[in-house]
Amino acid sequence: MPTLELTAAAVMLISLIGYAVLGGADFGAGIWDLLARGPHAARQRRVIEQAIAPIWEANHVWLILVVVILFTGFPPAFSAIMTALHVPVTIMLVGIVLRGASFVFRAYDRPDDRVQHRWGRVFAISSTITPIMLGTIIAGLSSGDIDIEDGLITSGWFNSWLGVYPFAVGGFTLVLFAYIAAIFLTVETVGQPDLQEDFRRRALLSAIALGAFALLVVLLSGDHAEHIREELLNSWWTWPLQIGTAIAAVGTIGALLTRRYFLARTLAVLQVTFILLGWGASMSPYLVVDDVRYHEAAAPDITLQLMLGALAVGSLILFPSLYYLYRIFKGRQAFVLLDLMGEHRAASTHTSDE
Amino acid sequence: MSDLLAARSQMAMSLGFHIIFASIGIAMPLLMVIAEGLWLRTGNEAYYKLARRWAKGTAILFAVGAVSGTVLSFELGLLWPRFMEWSGSLIGMPFSLEGFAFFTEAIFLGIYLYGWDRVGRKAHWFAGWMVALSGTLSGIFVVMANAWMNQPTGFDLVDGEPVNIDPVAAMFNPAAFHQTLHMTIAAFLATAFAVAAIHTALLRRNPDSDFHRKAIGIALAVGVVTAVIQPLSGDISARFVAEHQPAKLAALEAHWETTEGAALTIGGIPDERSRTTRLGIEIPYGLSLLAHHDPNAEVTGLDQIPEDEQPPVTIVHLAFQIMVGIGFTLMGVGLWGAWQYWRRRRLPTHPWFQWAIMACGPLGFVAVEAGWVVTEVGRQPWVIYEILRTEDAVTQVPNLYVPFISFTVLYVLLSIATAWLLYRQVVIEPREEESAGQLSGERQHANA
Repeated sequence: MPTLELTAAAVMLISLIGYAVLGGADFGAGIWDLLARGPHAARQRRVIEQAIAPIWEANHVWLILVVVILFTGFPPAFSAIMTALHVPVTIMLVGIVLRGASFVFRAYDRPDDRVQHRWGRVFAISSTITPIMLGTIIAGLSSGDIDIEDGLITSGWFNSWLGVYPFAVGGFTLVLFAYIAAIFLTVETVGQPDLQEDFRRRALLSAIALGAFALLVVLLSGDHAEHIREELLNSWWTWPLQIGTAIAAVGTIGALLTRRYFLARTLAVLQVTFILLGWGASMSPYLVVDDVRYHEAAAPDITLQLMLGALAVGSLILFPSLYYLYRIFKGRQAFVLLDLMGEHRAASTHTSDE
Repeated sequence: MSDLLAARSQMAMSLGFHIIFASIGIAMPLLMVIAEGLWLRTGNEAYYKLARRWAKGTAILFAVGAVSGTVLSFELGLLWPRFMEWSGSLIGMPFSLEGFAFFTEAIFLGIYLYGWDRVGRKAHWFAGWMVALSGTLSGIFVVMANAWMNQPTGFDLVDGEPVNIDPVAAMFNPAAFHQTLHMTIAAFLATAFAVAAIHTALLRRNPDSDFHRKAIGIALAVGVVTAVIQPLSGDISARFVAEHQPAKLAALEAHWETTEGAALTIGGIPDERSRTTRLGIEIPYGLSLLAHHDPNAEVTGLDQIPEDEQPPVTIVHLAFQIMVGIGFTLMGVGLWGAWQYWRRRRLPTHPWFQWAIMACGPLGFVAVEAGWVVTEVGRQPWVIYEILRTEDAVTQVPNLYVPFISFTVLYVLLSIATAWLLYRQVVIEPREEESAGQLSGERQHANA
């Protein structure tokens, strides 16, 4: 039986995975909006807008859940993180505000408008900055560069996130979100083969970029995130996870090459999940490496019990509602894990769904 | 600017910005489901168009509310880490529940806004009710956490730290009921009057419009009911504060000396140096009556409060006068409209009444802001009443004027952009059919 504080930390990690997969894909879609090129640029942008419009606000709530679990379940950790990483968190928030506001401004303004293009730029640029900052925050927590003495941060306001390693992780996060978004968009464009090819190419290119960034992060982690590296090299759980990640990554590329988009999406989600599980497990026992241990920062049992109870009861409403939302806007294809009968058949069932 | 002042200013500005969008996000779904319900019952297309027009405005405002609310949840730690460290395990309960309420709200809002052609009529209306319900609940949960700062309960204080904590008792703290009641009614009241004002202005431009008459009818129905009950909920609040936070009551009434049979000072400018209030109208026994429902009751004055535990009197008193003055104005205008309607059985269109409604448009939100000034500034110098001082809760991060100015500039720009967009897209006659059906229509095209 895992302890209460471990369960709370695990639920927080699961919420973060939810945010990375769903919210991350929305940010990644913004990156592809920024990079929309060629004769299909306008149609690419429209497909992106239609794909995320009804769901981005719901996807965004996963982040709220992470924060709420952090400050309810681990109040001293929340205080320490928000103090030490005040600057990148603030920049990330500005990005979140601008992304959300400019997206809805653009969606509701006249389609043929110069102003609308300007909102489109704001949307695309803030979709790019936010994941980078999220990555630097993750790196700041992992690197051990945050120092706390007697409840005060002694490591300054920039050292722990303004550096090569944090920005390598920031770049990794950005590319990861772009990668998953491109794969989601191949499914969104079922029935529009030209756009589907565009996003397939983007998915493959970002897969290569992702590999490069992953290598860079691993190389840098020897000097910059020793705890994580030690854990990743020496723990019993690490090899199944790493092999799982590798299989998922290679499988995704293979599925993209053979145009099995549903399978690619399933494997890419697994890949992101494995990456974050590996990160989360290698953070253990810390929430902030070297300084904040989750079992020491945990709130009293009664708080954790009530919070986990509320989360469990809330899930009974949440998951059916989420299912309903995706079912309405994405059709049955939202839940197709892989399509043995060939991808094209699924394409034709999609439209008749609605 | 000291870091403490910058942090307080940033928090006040962020909350003051968010509360407008949050109030609209709570109240608009109710107006939309009323309009949609009338459409379902009567089949009158005007109600359908109304629900869709309102939905369009709500989509824009809700997004700004959602992201500015996210900023606030982080700012609790960015600006007040010591406060969150102290109280996170106590007040996390309502925040966790709020997380789910917000989730439900966002999910069903997506269905409501984009699902007109994708789900059945009943299912669509149900989604609207889910948005209205979960939006109201999420507001209530957040205010419960704020109420705890006024009435911290659910723990024993040992060496300045909370032990034996009871998050349920903290959530259902004694201030929770009256604060959530007052704020929830205020959200509906302010939004209803603002909507009525906008449609009244449009009706004056286009006096035959059935569309705007129906809009005003729905908005005023909600506005009148809430305007009449709000003073009652205010009375509950005032009596609670008189009993449990005498310093706040003394400040908001500018009541300097403890007296029996205390007079009520209406208006007036407090002078904190000479400890008097100039130019106020005094109603004998009024304060004792209001605060304790007894003309001879003793009302604690600021003289009983240690000087370093007194809130700033001028701001709190003036904000309170503004809030109450507006509350009674809205009630008066609302009753006037109700009386006119009762006599003639039709929407009152007398120009004076129309001007009064238009003048009331922004007032509800001014009152909401003033009310938050009363409760937040009136709690000073405490962040957790009589336990943790605001100055001891602030972050150690320096140069806080930088984020304060950044967020202020950001929010000013967003306010301008939002107002302009709403004006262009929702207020002036939009090409409704094309733009509203645009997203779903094109999507089906694309897939066909």
